Amino acid sequence: MPSFYCAWFVFNTCTGEGARAVPLAGHVGFDSMPDQLVNKSVNHGFCFNILCVGETGLGKSTLMDTLFNTKFEGEPTQHNQPGVQLKSNTYELQESNVRLKLTVVNTVGFGDQINKEDSYKSIVEFIDTQFEAYLQEELKIKRTLHSYHDTRIHACLYFIAPTGHSLKSLDLVTMKKLDSKVNIIPIIAKSDAISKSELTKFKIKITSELVSNGVQIYQFPTDDETVAEINSTMNGHLPFAVVGSTEEVKIGNKMVKARQYPWGTVQVENENHCDFVKLREMLIRVNMEDLREQTHTRHYELYRRCKLEEMGFKDTDPDCKPFSLQETYEAKRNEFMGDLQKKEEEMRQMFVQRVKEKEAELKEAEKELHEKFDRLKKLHQDEKKKLEDKKKSLDDELNGFKQKKTAAELLQSQAQQAGGSTTLKRDKERKK
Amino acid sequence: SQGQRNLEGYVGFANLPNQVYRKSVKRGFEFTLMVVGESGLGKSTLINSLFLTDLYSKDYPGPSLRIKKTVQVEQSKVLVKEGGVQLTLTIVDTPGFGDAVDNSNCWQPVINYIDSKCEDFLNAESRVNRRLMPDNRVHCCLYFIAPSGHGLKPLDIEFMKRLHDKVNVIPLIAKADTLTPEECQLFKKQIMKEIQEHKIQIYEFPDIEDDEDSKLIRKIKERMPLAVVGSNVVIEVNGKKVRGRQYPWGVAEVENGEHCDFTVLRNMLIRTHMQDLKDVTNNVHYENYRSRKLAAVTCNGGVDTSKTKNQMTRSPLAQMEEERREHVMKMKKMETEMEQVFEMKVKEKKQKLKDSEAELERRHEQMKKNLEAQYKELEEKKRHHEEEKSNWEAQQRILEQQKLDASKTMEKNKKKGKIF
Repeated sequence: MPSFYCAWFVFNTCTGEGARAVPLAGHVGFDSMPDQLVNKSVNHGFCFNILCVGETGLGKSTLMDTLFNTKFEGEPTQHNQPGVQLKSNTYELQESNVRLKLTVVNTVGFGDQINKEDSYKSIVEFIDTQFEAYLQEELKIKRTLHSYHDTRIHACLYFIAPTGHSLKSLDLVTMKKLDSKVNIIPIIAKSDAISKSELTKFKIKITSELVSNGVQIYQFPTDDETVAEINSTMNGHLPFAVVGSTEEVKIGNKMVKARQYPWGTVQVENENHCDFVKLREMLIRVNMEDLREQTHTRHYELYRRCKLEEMGFKDTDPDCKPFSLQETYEAKRNEFMGDLQKKEEEMRQMFVQRVKEKEAELKEAEKELHEKFDRLKKLHQDEKKKLEDKKKSLDDELNGFKQKKTAAELLQSQAQQAGGSTTLKRDKERKK
Repeated sequence: SQGQRNLEGYVGFANLPNQVYRKSVKRGFEFTLMVVGESGLGKSTLINSLFLTDLYSKDYPGPSLRIKKTVQVEQSKVLVKEGGVQLTLTIVDTPGFGDAVDNSNCWQPVINYIDSKCEDFLNAESRVNRRLMPDNRVHCCLYFIAPSGHGLKPLDIEFMKRLHDKVNVIPLIAKADTLTPEECQLFKKQIMKEIQEHKIQIYEFPDIEDDEDSKLIRKIKERMPLAVVGSNVVIEVNGKKVRGRQYPWGVAEVENGEHCDFTVLRNMLIRTHMQDLKDVTNNVHYENYRSRKLAAVTCNGGVDTSKTKNQMTRSPLAQMEEERREHVMKMKKMETEMEQVFEMKVKEKKQKLKDSEAELERRHEQMKKNLEAQYKELEEKKRHHEEEKSNWEAQQRILEQQKLDASKTMEKNKKKGKIF
């Protein structure tokens, strides 16, 4: 992208603050600047991303084909999708010398589920993902913004079913969730099903419902005098009632895009029949660039701001001194590192604590063990003593017995000697 | 993408360029031009000639008339309008540059100025709440070379070497009306030779796709560096009013391509390449500044490692996220390790305790067994003794009985008188 695009938030102050106006004495030539800029952007090529949100069967693909006069890919989707998916396709188109990289994103399965509470979520997520990708690129240290393929959604065509009554609650809920993230252009799909009088009432009803629910739809800009008038008129025709068709029918001597009914032919490009031409004018021919600009300077900036604030970045410190980028990064990083250090320290401390506790526990167990064994030892000692006592008493008894025995034997031997002599005496007497 | 598609019928995005045109005119344009060179080289005059206005005048004197002791960097802003297009032009000049006796580091204030404008832009771009702020970065630096006819001065080389990677440098030969065409040719050749020798990268007018223009551009490149003449005075030559310098021998016309390259400079600088100068400043010089600045903060002070190279291609937010994840992993690892060590130590200790318990148990068992053995022994001894005792007692009883019987018999015999 040429530098003007990247520095878009950097609006040149048209008043030239602090500059003194000086007259020119001739043709200098800087009036070619817009041409220089245009040449560069033409050489670079343009890109545009459209998101089509609407129930299955509202003619989203057909309308895209009609708008861009080309048959885009895809088979008509079935109604049995489990959730809302977003399918995107990119095409390289060229008209005259202008190259356009067009991405068409379709919501598949929108409105098909029984419970549609989460339908909007995948859409919001998709939009945010594109913002996130751009933000990440923007924040890189070595970045290549000027060759970045911008996938951010520049316009969201919201397809309203041609009931003729009012918006469905799903429509209101979804648009409310999307209006701060993307430029919403509501359109009444397959509007050939509605009569002219019903259409007027329908449009009024829709507009009032949008207003009363605070839904911010995209307003065609009226600040540039060149286009202010047409834009403001068109704003009054919203939502556009469109009919799409890639079939051609011969009307007079021309082939025109139309839908043929028994009662007549609806001509797509006939402004009396539908607002298709208005849509094409506004979306493509007049405000495509503004849609891109709004996406970048408003919706993306909002996303970025929220994201950065979420991460804790802020612009000023309590002393109201603005931080420079490095200071912010450094501060954030230091805080972050500090946090990590703290966590590490905490974990260490916790471990130290556990170790201490376990040590105490084990010490306690050890102590118990020793006590146990001390007790056992004591018991053992007691037993030993008892044994000793018993031994001693036995020894005493043994000694006593021994003495007794010795004494008895002594007596016996004495008695024997005496007896022997008595016997001798007896024997002697006998012999006499 | 699906490849080129040809459209059948009118769509309308061919009008995009017009939309871009319209919006850019509404926004207006900005350009910051820096002029650097010694005093008296005709810088102010050239600026006035380029923009056909009295940017520098009696009330707003040029740098050479604002004598400073040290090199200053000063800016003046003017608003000019032409063909419905508004341009806020900032001219930055450097009074005092190269005028001192010792000019060492006289480029430093210039570098500081350029860097500070980049820094302002970086800070504005990095705010959470980004607001409208004009782009004051220096888009082009015209460097004035004195028409010595010989070659570049050391100061010229030094300055260009230091600035060529920070800003688009366009060297100009000042006061070219003091050189003859031949002298000028030689001078230009010499200068370009020296520029190449010193690997100085001056601003290169890029090729345009248009064949016609690219021939022109090649011709112009052969004329580099451009030799210019400026004038605040309008003189009548052959019935035409032209800007020029009146000499007794004739008039050196500023816008005469045979007299000097002023027209070439003007066309290139203003009419064809002004936007490109801004783009190169934004996409190259500023990005270099930015990545250098951010790398210093977020990647080990800009130390070039393979890790740093990875970090450069990631946004700082993603970088911090990565670091956080790394740290979480590191902590987890540390935790598991600590846990392992802890478990191991506990196991060890428990095992020791168990062993010691087993040991004590064993010893106790041993002692118990010992005791039991002794008890048994004692019992055995006792029993043996009991047995012996009872045997002996029995024996004694028998003996006693015998003795008793014997004495009874004797008594009996005695009684029977059988006494011999």
